[in-house]
Amino acid sequence: MILFIAKRAAQAVLVMLVVALIAFALFRYVGDPINNMVGQDTTFEQRQELRQTLGLNDPFFVQFARFVGHAVQGDFGQSYQLRQPVSELIAQRFPATFELSMVSALMALVIGIPMGVYTALNRKSISSRLFMTLSLVGISLPTFLIGILLILFFGVILRWLPTFGRGEVVQIGWWSTGLLTKSGLESLIMPAITLAIFQMTLIVRLVRAEMLEVLRTDYVKFARARGLKPRTVNFTIALKNTLVPVMTIIGLQVGSIIAFAIITESVFQWPGMGLLFIQAIHQVDIPIMAAYLMLIALIFVIINLIVDILYVVVDPRLRVSGK
Amino acid sequence: MSEVEGVVEGETIGVWGRMVQSDLWYSFTHSPLAMISALFALVFILACLFAGFVAPHDPFNLASVSLFDSLLPPAWQDGGNISYLLGTDDQGRDVFSTILYGGRISLLVGFLSVAFAAVLGIAVGLVAGYAGGITDAIFMRIADIQLSFPAILIALLIDGVFRGLLPRGLHDEVAVYVLVLSIGLSFWVQYARTVRSSVMIERTKEYVQAGQVIGLPPGTILFRHILPNVLGPVLVIATIQLALAIITEATLSFLGVGVPPTQPSLGTLIRIGNDYLFSGEWWITIFPGIALVLLVLSINLLGDWLRDALNPKLR
Amino acid sequence: MSVLLDIDGLKVVFESRHGDVTAARNVCLSIASGEILGVVGESGAGKSTIGNAAMGLLERPGKVAGGTVTLEGERIDGLPPEAMRRLRGAKISMIFQDPLTSLDPLRTIAEQLVTTMTTHLPLSEREARKRAVALMHEVGIPDPEARIDDYPHQFSGGMRQRVVIALALCAEPNVIIADEPTTALDVSIQAQILDLLRKLVRTKGAGMIIITHDMGVIAEIADRVAVMYRGEVVEAGPTRKILGDPDHDYTKSLISAVPRPDVKLDRFPLVEHIESAGSRRSLDLKTHWLGQKRDYGALDGPLLSVRDLEMTFRVGSMFGGGRRSVNAVDGVSFDIAAGETFGLVGESGSGKSTIARLVTGIYQPTGGAIVFAGTDLAGITRRRELNRHRRQMQMIFQDPYSSVNPRKKVGAIVAEPILFHKLAGSRAEVNRIVADLLDHVGLGAKVAGKYPHEFSGGQRQRISIARALATRPRFLICDEPTSALDVSIQAQVLNLLKDLQAELGLTMLFISHDLPVIRQMCDRVAVMRRGRIEEIAPTEDLFERPQNEYTRHLLKLMPKMTGAAA
Repeated sequence: MILFIAKRAAQAVLVMLVVALIAFALFRYVGDPINNMVGQDTTFEQRQELRQTLGLNDPFFVQFARFVGHAVQGDFGQSYQLRQPVSELIAQRFPATFELSMVSALMALVIGIPMGVYTALNRKSISSRLFMTLSLVGISLPTFLIGILLILFFGVILRWLPTFGRGEVVQIGWWSTGLLTKSGLESLIMPAITLAIFQMTLIVRLVRAEMLEVLRTDYVKFARARGLKPRTVNFTIALKNTLVPVMTIIGLQVGSIIAFAIITESVFQWPGMGLLFIQAIHQVDIPIMAAYLMLIALIFVIINLIVDILYVVVDPRLRVSGK
Repeated sequence: MSEVEGVVEGETIGVWGRMVQSDLWYSFTHSPLAMISALFALVFILACLFAGFVAPHDPFNLASVSLFDSLLPPAWQDGGNISYLLGTDDQGRDVFSTILYGGRISLLVGFLSVAFAAVLGIAVGLVAGYAGGITDAIFMRIADIQLSFPAILIALLIDGVFRGLLPRGLHDEVAVYVLVLSIGLSFWVQYARTVRSSVMIERTKEYVQAGQVIGLPPGTILFRHILPNVLGPVLVIATIQLALAIITEATLSFLGVGVPPTQPSLGTLIRIGNDYLFSGEWWITIFPGIALVLLVLSINLLGDWLRDALNPKLR
Repeated sequence: MSVLLDIDGLKVVFESRHGDVTAARNVCLSIASGEILGVVGESGAGKSTIGNAAMGLLERPGKVAGGTVTLEGERIDGLPPEAMRRLRGAKISMIFQDPLTSLDPLRTIAEQLVTTMTTHLPLSEREARKRAVALMHEVGIPDPEARIDDYPHQFSGGMRQRVVIALALCAEPNVIIADEPTTALDVSIQAQILDLLRKLVRTKGAGMIIITHDMGVIAEIADRVAVMYRGEVVEAGPTRKILGDPDHDYTKSLISAVPRPDVKLDRFPLVEHIESAGSRRSLDLKTHWLGQKRDYGALDGPLLSVRDLEMTFRVGSMFGGGRRSVNAVDGVSFDIAAGETFGLVGESGSGKSTIARLVTGIYQPTGGAIVFAGTDLAGITRRRELNRHRRQMQMIFQDPYSSVNPRKKVGAIVAEPILFHKLAGSRAEVNRIVADLLDHVGLGAKVAGKYPHEFSGGQRQRISIARALATRPRFLICDEPTSALDVSIQAQVLNLLKDLQAELGLTMLFISHDLPVIRQMCDRVAVMRRGRIEEIAPTEDLFERPQNEYTRHLLKLMPKMTGAAA
């Protein structure tokens, strides 16, 4: 079992190295880093000198190793546009994205999983057919459009909720939270719903599909043939077996919520990492792009690792074969 | 029993006859949702394709656009003009016409990127699934890593890279192809994985071994025998991904990294209109939005039906 | 003896868009306590449908359309679902076919047993657990106290089937329906499970319906038999009577189609009317394409000679650890003389199918030599040269559903080898040859324009045979050619193979796990075990005077049809 986890952890490190390579390639080869750092009037000699001191003339692997070394310490250099350390910028923006994503993920899971189970168990009922059609509408609605519609109704027409920003935030150490003020919570409602709807519809459909698959297995049929109560068959046996594959999917979904936050943040001018990233793309601010990529990869890798560990806890087959 | 009779009766009934008698056609004609979706998608696609004939105005002909007509509401509202059915935008362009022209760009990007992703993904999937071993391991590791990132993020990143590599002016000109490339590159994994796993199942089937015993070279077996057997799931993925690709294009354009406002797609139109939301000109953004949702929904409904119809055990 | 379960006039239909399809009609069965009733029939006869209908487990679109089911004097058909559920497990229970998929993988055996017991019996968890241990002991699981907290994957297939039986019996039902309970198991384990079932029925005074396609199982365990054919019980009675002196034509031909383990017959008699084999129109081979160009020159020695053949597979993932080697074939040598049928027999995993794939070049051997008509195939590097030899040997596969490409028409499937090897001058000639081949295997020339899914398993196997003949081979490898087929269809296909061999003078390598089939088909036999050959002998010697310990063991496990017509 420890071997299994260790193997997965080693794979995670490999993934991070690959992503680091991409980030480094971005940093080094897309545009000239020197041009992006110095003004127009810098002479050729000064540029060469800067190039030398920054180590840009060193062999590829030396540069890459230096990049990884710095990245491990959270150092991604200076933003070309904002002239601030990237790590500082990200640290400022991270809490906003994190709070938004977690609230949305919670909404998506708490509504999505029971709904998926319900539609699988009552496959033929009118209400679950309705849910399934509605979930298709949900998948067909682009996130940004949901945001725009919400803004139109609750912001512009009804004027109930604020349409941009985070409202008032409270500073706790370096963390800024919007969860403790009224305006902060009000500001959170629409972005969180926007972000949750797409993920929720996906989760409903995936849970339903997995559960239907499990309901067709021999062991569920055998459980019915033994006269076990429908509740036991559906929840103790079928649901538990459904959750094993669903865990992976949910892990991926939680990760992708953070990425989809880019769109939501841009619709609601939410001051998070996503907004920072999209601005960086507009301005070709490579250090921010590279850092954001690495951070997202790190989050994904951590979530996957957690899912792997959960697998071992839930599935006895892995517990033995991993020994 | 009936199978035996079938052999004796045996007259070929032709391709059309087979289609009409097929379960797929039966399922289609008994699914009103699928038929309505197909009809809507068809009408929309044709209208966009022939936008030059269908659209009442040419929104990109500066001579015919007048700023005096700008920000007109839809025809049924006060101040509306019957010749601008869905109103006009800030530059006086007819919203209905821009939707048709914008839909054309959206569909173009959607179809091209799905085709690109499908060709790339199927090729990788076939090779990886048939060759196995190291080739397979390398391709699938790449796919795993890419799959752990949402397509939209990868598309954004690829787009960002091109932004850095291409000079500003040139970028706008080739924006459509950059989009196709970035969406295509972020979508190929699905095809590759599906095709690979189907190929791995098909490869062990005995008809493939029968081909080997006959002496057929691997290429013939792969393309003439295996490929036709793995295309069913690919068709389903392609339909669903067409919807996704259109959404992704709209999202990128909405974020301002897609096609430029000079040749707007539905996403660009929504982005332009979004600025006027607060001043009450909701129609500039909402109508393109509705068009986008209806198009995507009809394609999704078709894809959903197709998946169920091709996978009888789910019924 | 009291009647436990009585099924009277049962009719089951499946609704479809082409109208209702009747799966079973006018079925009357009854069992008393301590009795085992065998329900035998081929696929599609409706035997599983009856079990499901009695249990109230028919899935839509199936439904009971008539008749009554009476359990211990009470009518149970049409009971509301909740009342029916209370009966299932407690009064009437079921054993499924595949023990590997019948158990919940995420819960321990104890949990599964205890839940089932406490659902139906007034027991505390502790009492239930105690009984569970006793029951595990009863069904023959060693060391039950320790093993009861294991998960299903920690048990072997045979042990899992014992767990399944324990689960089916734990709430003390009086009626047990066993649907092909031994089909997924190896022969040696099959016998043990049947013993266990018989013992349990006798000691508990329960009644059991055993549903099977296998006459051997019926002969082994059933007191009475009901024979099903196309949804109807055509004949029922004591096992000895049915197997020894059947009245109905179908029963007669079914029994005559079962390969005899005790004596070799020229052909299987009485099987022609079961599935119309179409019109087999034999060709005049002296003048026909199929019979021409068969002069390969004089052959000195055997047609095929295999020397010290070795095949090692590497298993395990690319990146994970645990990569190891498995010797699927480990130093095998044998010769096959021209015109001979050579049999390879052994249990699953013994390496016999691997040998077929090595000889035909699907796999490359890791060691040894394959000499065909005097030429070492490993020494040939040029593709054309290799194809010239490959053309002379063809193969017939096990699974009729996967061995023909579902996307190609039958005509194209049979034409492909002719076109590839350029064996005919024109397209018209190819079409004529294909038509003749299809006629010759008994399908009729008309089927060329159809797709494989329009055919039954036996017919597809004929397509496969036609394709194999299309290169005009002189050596035919048959890898379990009939093990996926019903017994009557098997008899027809085996008859066809015998005819073809006689007409075309084919040499055959015939692979099977089924000893009676081997006895009917082969001149000489090699017994394989774990990649090695245990014994090679002429068929009659092997069956009558086995020299090897393992051969004797296999022969002992062979099902005997006691009372079968002598």
